[in-house]
Parts: sequence; C-alpha cells; structure tokens
Amino acid sequence: MTEAFTATGRLGAARLVARAPILRSPLNVAALALIGLFAACAIFAPLIAPYDPLTQALASRLQPPSPEHWLGTDQLGRDILSRLLYGSRISLLIGLVVVASAGVFGTFVGVIAGYAGGLVDEALMRLTEVFLAFPALILAMAIAGALGPSLTNAIIALAAVTWAIYARLARGQILSLRRREFVEAARGIGASQFRIIARHLLPNAVAPLLVQASFDMGSVIIAAAGLSFIGFGAQPPTPEWGVMISEGRNFISTEPWLSLFPGLAILLAVGSFNLLGDGLRDVFDPRLSRAD
Amino acid sequence: MRFLAFLARRIVGIAAVMIGVSIITFAISHVIPADPAVAALGDHATDAQIAAFRGEYHLDRPLPEQYVIYVNGILHGDLGKSIRTRRSVADDLADSFPATLELSFAALAVSLLVGIPAGIWSAIYRGRFPDVVVRIAALAGGSLPVFWLGLVVIGLFYYQLGWLPGGGRLDTFVSPPPTRTGLYVIDSLLALDLDALRSSVIHLVLPALTLGYFSTAVIARMTRSSMLEVLGQDYMRTARAKGLTERLVVVRHGLRNALIPTVTIIGLTFGSLLSGAVLTETIFSWPGLGRYATASAISLDFPAVLGVTLLAAVVYPVANLAVDIAYYWLDPRIQRD
Repeated sequence: MTEAFTATGRLGAARLVARAPILRSPLNVAALALIGLFAACAIFAPLIAPYDPLTQALASRLQPPSPEHWLGTDQLGRDILSRLLYGSRISLLIGLVVVASAGVFGTFVGVIAGYAGGLVDEALMRLTEVFLAFPALILAMAIAGALGPSLTNAIIALAAVTWAIYARLARGQILSLRRREFVEAARGIGASQFRIIARHLLPNAVAPLLVQASFDMGSVIIAAAGLSFIGFGAQPPTPEWGVMISEGRNFISTEPWLSLFPGLAILLAVGSFNLLGDGLRDVFDPRLSRAD
Repeated sequence: MRFLAFLARRIVGIAAVMIGVSIITFAISHVIPADPAVAALGDHATDAQIAAFRGEYHLDRPLPEQYVIYVNGILHGDLGKSIRTRRSVADDLADSFPATLELSFAALAVSLLVGIPAGIWSAIYRGRFPDVVVRIAALAGGSLPVFWLGLVVIGLFYYQLGWLPGGGRLDTFVSPPPTRTGLYVIDSLLALDLDALRSSVIHLVLPALTLGYFSTAVIARMTRSSMLEVLGQDYMRTARAKGLTERLVVVRHGLRNALIPTVTIIGLTFGSLLSGAVLTETIFSWPGLGRYATASAISLDFPAVLGVTLLAAVVYPVANLAVDIAYYWLDPRIQRD
C-alpha cells in the first residue's frame, strides 16, 4: 500500500500500471490481452463483423473457411465469424451480469452472517450449504425450466446457483478480520457499524472474492453455453456460442467447423479468465505462488 | 465412540440440508411458476385437465399444507408421475441411475488414474517440460465445455477414425447382461458374458474420458500443489538423507501426505460429475439421469426434472460424507480435533 502511494508520487499512472504485480507474469499479460480482445469484439461487433449475424444466404450454405468467409458459413449460410463476434457480446454480458449480481448479493449475505454472528450466522450459513448441495447445472436447469427457457431466465438461474460461494468466502474473511486491531481501533473511536463494514472490513476482504469472480466468469460462460446447448438459455437464431455448437451438432462428421469455432471461442475466453484467476490468486496469496 | 459422534453430527447436518433442499425444490415447483398446473401440463392443457391436476396435487390448498403433502410424498418415495414417460418418476430414476453411476465411476477412475500421476510428475519436474505439458492440459481441462469436447471426440474417434462407438451403452446386437447392479461392466463380469463386457467397456471409453477430463484437471492441479508443498518439508530431506531411493521417498513419504487434500477434492468432484453428466449423456445418448433430465426438461416434464434435481442434491452430500469418513481414517489429526 505504502509502496503504491509513494510510487504514485514519483511515477506516472502508466508506469504504475506497468509495475502492477499482476503484470509481472507473461501468462497474466496474455490472459488480460485476450480478455481485452474479447471485450473489444463484444463492444465493436457491429463495426468489425463482416456480415449480419442473422442474415441467411442459402446459396452459400455450409461453406468451409475461405477468404470471403474466414470461418465458413453455417447450415443457413450465415457467416460464422460474424456470429462468433456477436456471440462474444452475449457470453461476456451473461458472465458479467451473473458474477456481479451473485457476487454482490453473496457478499452482502456473507458480511451480515460474519458480522452478526450467532443465530443469524448459523441460519444464513445453513442456507448457503443448501444451495451448494445442488449440482449447479441441474438446479439452473430446474429454475430455467420453471421460469421458461430464455436468456434472461438463464441469467437468473445461474445467479441463483452462483451466489452461495461468495457468501461463504465473504463470511470467512469478515470472521478473520473483525477482531483485528484496526477494526477494534475504528470501533474504539466510535465509527458506526456501517462505516466499519464499508470502510474497514470490505476493502480488506475483497481479494479472494475477486479471485473467485475471475474463475466464475469462466464457469458461468461455460454453464450459460451449456444451458443454451440443451435449449434452456438463448434460443435460435440468437448468435450465442452454445446455440451455435448445438446447431452444428448434426454436421460434426461433414462440416465440423460449425461447432469447432464456437467451442474454441469458449475455450479461449474461459481459459483466459481461469488464467487471470490463477494470476490474481498468486498476487493476493504469495504463499501459494511460492508453491507454484 | 468419537467416530460415532462425528458420524451422528454429520448425519444431522445432512438432514438439515435436506430440509432446505426440499424447501427449494418445493419453491421451484409450487411457488415460482405462475401456475404450477400449467407449468406441469403445458400450455395446451384444457381447463378440465388443469382443474383435475390441481385437485390431484392439492394445489388448491394453502402453501404450508402443500409443502407438508409434498415432503410426505417424497418420504414415501412418491416423486410424482412423469408427463413424458407416463410412469412414476421414482421408477424412471431407479432405471436411469445405474447408467449415470457407471459413467461417473468410470470418469472418476480416469481422473484418479490420470490426474494423480500427472500431478506428481508435474511437481517432480517443476518448471520443466513435463510440468508445462501437464499445466497446459490442466488449464484446458478446466476451460473446455464438456458438451463440445464430447462432439469433438465423437467426430474424431467415431466418424473419422472409426475406432470407438459414438453413443449408447452396448452394441445393438449385444443383449444386456442380467441385471444385478445395473452397471453393465460389473453385471457382465458377474455373468461371465465376455461379449457384453467388451461392448460395455468400449462404449464407456469416450463418454468417461469426456466427462472425466474436467475432474482430471482439478485433481492433477490439486495433487501438484500439495505434492510441491510436501516435497519442501523437512521429513522429505530426512528421508533422502537416510539414503532412501528417490522413488521410495516420493511414494512412501511424499505421496501419502500429498494425497490427503486430493481425497477431499474427490467428494467435491462428484457434484461436478453429475452436472457434467447432464451434458455428456445428452451428447453420447447415454441412457442415464442426465439424458433423462434433459429430455424431460425439453418436453417441460416438470415432476421428472425436479425428481432428478432432488436426487442429485441427495447424492452430493452423501458422497461428501463418504469422503469425510475416508478422510477421518486417513488423517489421524482430524480424530484428535
């Protein structure tokens, strides 16, 4: 912390960023670059996509990769590259919305449990255990089924199965921090409970939550694609990666590129979030990086 | 005695979780849908059918009473009637569970047989080529969508190379062995039916590898990091100083201690295997719980989906309890706590 303060004084912001511990490993830099690339694709999809993702061109259906269609066309003649680019919007958006909402809600529950202790803690932790007992995809499927298959409902279902782990993590952090001297000191000078939580506990508890969020971005992207693959998330003709793999399923022996490229997109996106999660964990927990 | 107390405490804990699980499945089936009767019967049901359904499932009673009826049904093994198969959901689950169990065990076996040696290898050769290979493979394993991996291996090993079957549990001309456990490999062994044994084993290869890749990656990573931690301990140096061979040092002194965290992961892995089974079974036409759940969900067969959800939520804590018991015996330090 002090190092960062003095550094801000002497160095420009750009050099400070370059000195960030997360950027010391080339793998982390590669992960961040890939995530940046996916984000750029998502934001600028309408500008960079060579074709409309929904326009059908039956005359040029099932074409292999070529200079006109870099990644080929699907069974309705739609350009796969354009659909992939638009698909990155959906996948990243689902990841962000689910992880942010589940993270905020779970952290809120965990902080209350850890800070209040006693019966409240006991009750809230039993509740998280119940949610953790369900295999995530199966519970998400049941919820998405109850609400009706759609992208929004898939997001709600995934958030419902993701929040509990944040509650567990946040509670653990709060329990280990609440008796520390700086918290006692804040209490001693008469800081309100809200201030103690918001200014002293939460900022110090955030590291493992961020690591979890990075891993969850990956697993939510996979789970959302999985839900769409079996018909419970995005619906055709939406250019969603899971939908694209599902549509290409019948062509796997003859035109494998239909499923191959969306799968690779998922692999790269999820892989870069997992790498980033590893990197963040190493930065926040040097004990682990020594073992690495 | 202490073990019994430990067991009793865990069983009470599981019972508490099960009550919570039943409340959630009840909420999903009775509270979330605007009209559970329509959700169960579909949009095309007539008013008379809906009224009959409401009466049959007591949907006209107050919610707390409905919950009591619902739990009472579950306790008596009544999970409702499947709309798609028109059979009792409990019977459907009993039929499809062994297939999932067989696939999950095979996937778990793959994960242990590949994951543990890969983790050890990676730790011993830390920073060198084998380590890099294992870490990249593990990273890919944690990032691959299982349904896509399934499609790719079917495309490659079934359509292109023709080495392995691309779906089902047995060849069409092979009849299933007499049912004892429902696990074809074991049943055909018990019946000494070599044709069925050969066929069931080769049908297991691709789905088990596909489903097992993720947990193999998790177990390899876990074994690697705990092995690295163990390799740096004083007792390892002492073992080497005594003049033991490197193999003996790694296996007898290192592995035994490094495996304890890995055992914990096995329990957690079971949950991810069940989730993975939903998609893997769909891809490989594997007639287990996962395919049943997907087929039911697609045809909006609500009681069936909830039956699977409930069963899955029971299997997971029970698998974890089994692991905790193993853990208790493996690590004497826990017994003292």
